[in-house]
Amino acid sequence: MKRVTLASALAILATLPLWIGSTYYVNIATQILFYAIFALAVNVLAGYAGLVSLGHAGLFGIAAYAAAKLLAGGHGHAVVVGGGLAVTVAAAAAFAVLALRGTGLGFVMITVALGQIVWGVAYRWISLTNGDNGISIASRPRPFGLSLASPHGFYWATLVVFLLAALSMAVLVASPFGASVRGTRDQPRRMNALGYHVWMIRFLAFLVSGFWTGVAGVLYLYYNQFVSPQAVALAASAEALLMVIAGGTGTLLGPIAGAALVVVMKNVASAYIERWNFVLGAIFVAIVVFMPEGLVPGTARLARWATSAWRTRVTREARVA
Amino acid sequence: MSVWLLLAINSVTLGGLLFLLSAGFSLIFGLMKIPNLTHGSFFMLGAYLATSLIAHGFGFWTAAVAAGLLVAVLGGLVERLILRRLAGAELAQVLVTLGLSFMIADVCLMVWTGDPIRVDTPPALRGATLVLGLGFPLYRLAVSLVAVLFAAALWLLLDRTRLGAMIRAGVDDAAMARVVGIRVSRLFTVVFCLGAWLAGFAGVIGGPILSVYPGLDQEMLPLALVVVILGGSGSLVGSLVGSFVVGFLYNFGQAMLPELAYVVLFLPMLLVLVVRPQGLFGRQAV
Repeated sequence: MKRVTLASALAILATLPLWIGSTYYVNIATQILFYAIFALAVNVLAGYAGLVSLGHAGLFGIAAYAAAKLLAGGHGHAVVVGGGLAVTVAAAAAFAVLALRGTGLGFVMITVALGQIVWGVAYRWISLTNGDNGISIASRPRPFGLSLASPHGFYWATLVVFLLAALSMAVLVASPFGASVRGTRDQPRRMNALGYHVWMIRFLAFLVSGFWTGVAGVLYLYYNQFVSPQAVALAASAEALLMVIAGGTGTLLGPIAGAALVVVMKNVASAYIERWNFVLGAIFVAIVVFMPEGLVPGTARLARWATSAWRTRVTREARVA
Repeated sequence: MSVWLLLAINSVTLGGLLFLLSAGFSLIFGLMKIPNLTHGSFFMLGAYLATSLIAHGFGFWTAAVAAGLLVAVLGGLVERLILRRLAGAELAQVLVTLGLSFMIADVCLMVWTGDPIRVDTPPALRGATLVLGLGFPLYRLAVSLVAVLFAAALWLLLDRTRLGAMIRAGVDDAAMARVVGIRVSRLFTVVFCLGAWLAGFAGVIGGPILSVYPGLDQEMLPLALVVVILGGSGSLVGSLVGSFVVGFLYNFGQAMLPELAYVVLFLPMLLVLVVRPQGLFGRQAV
């Protein structure tokens, strides 16, 4: 049953550009995929390690800016992608060393501050980042001679990367390392007493998260062919976190569903109303107040409750009959 | 020489504004363990409300106090209607304050449009005064003076009154304070309103210096965060010292390294985090 669902989901995703019609929808699907990678990356920390980062847009932006700068320097796409990711992982290591000085709310505050530093650089260090005007790039890469210039081509390339990300997350979560990450979330002192190096486990989780955030950032750059401080703003970090929380933290499917929800909402909302930020804030408040465990587990709970209520009613009616 | 002096005065002024902003933030964080991410929005909202009040003919200082009160009422509603429902779920509280900050920012954009609004300096405080043959801008001196007065008043409140003793008890150990009969949840409301009032008031008196524009909230919030990380949460002295450190760094950084001013600000924070993660005057790890 599970395999059938998975196979049909894959088939739908792989053939999506062929039946969805307009390229507008293909582009939205592409956005969902790379934001889902971003959300999965944030989820490694927020969901599995219990460390809520509000500075991940900083890492996302570092990846996009580093890649854009490398491209402007005349490097090939292989160097651009590799270099962008290397810079991001290095930045993630620096972020981790500082942010892991605190846990819980201290961690949140430090990541906010770190994210704002990156924003300050992107916005104010005009000779490096071109300030508010951002940086445009001319071309998308042509891996193995395949053109990514069309929305369809780019969708499939993003899909491949997304599947790799989802697969590696699934492997990571099931691995002993994944178990130890969850252990440091639930029982840090006990883990420490059992001989695990809690700090190192968190640090490695941060690096994994940083790496996939960088992947999403580079995809973002190639998709938009443009990056500006907007990508680094606190609102962008909040959006990523909203995707994770809306979908359900600490699950694999949650962040993906959350990314889809937020991207669709954002596109729909911005088509009808100008006030996306208001909607974003309102969803945030509503979800936290009414469905704190996230939409996927929340809906699952409601479904379980509904089916069990239905079953008891059926048995009761049967008994009466 | 006079350039440096002017920079120093500007630094003290900014430090004073930051103190008003971060003292409330620090108390809220110390007592309720919530980094209140709407604090920057309170600052901006206060300033915007005051521009409307002034446009309706109110005096500057009346508008400042009244705008602060309106913000405090909003803060009280937020605390009672939303944060209270989420008691114990600290992360949810942070996320709610973040969501609210986006909503407030967007409402401000809708009501007051995207153009920066200048707040006029009160007429009595325009111009400069001559001290020792050097010209000091009057309004900036007044802001510094107000900040000093508030620092003294807050210190008296916290150190010399029964309410202050209860707040300190709540900061140190909320559970134990409850056991000895202090109504800590009522303190939450009091402190949240007080913090919101201070932030709104700071926004207004900062108006003639910074003016009001969309994004002011997101610019001030990290400064408050840095001050609290530097000084340590729940410590008034920490807020005071942190505010002036940040005030000086920001102004001198802007004069010497204009492109990096915002980054220079965060360096002492990084240093403190590495050497003394609980903050200079904090008693427990943040």
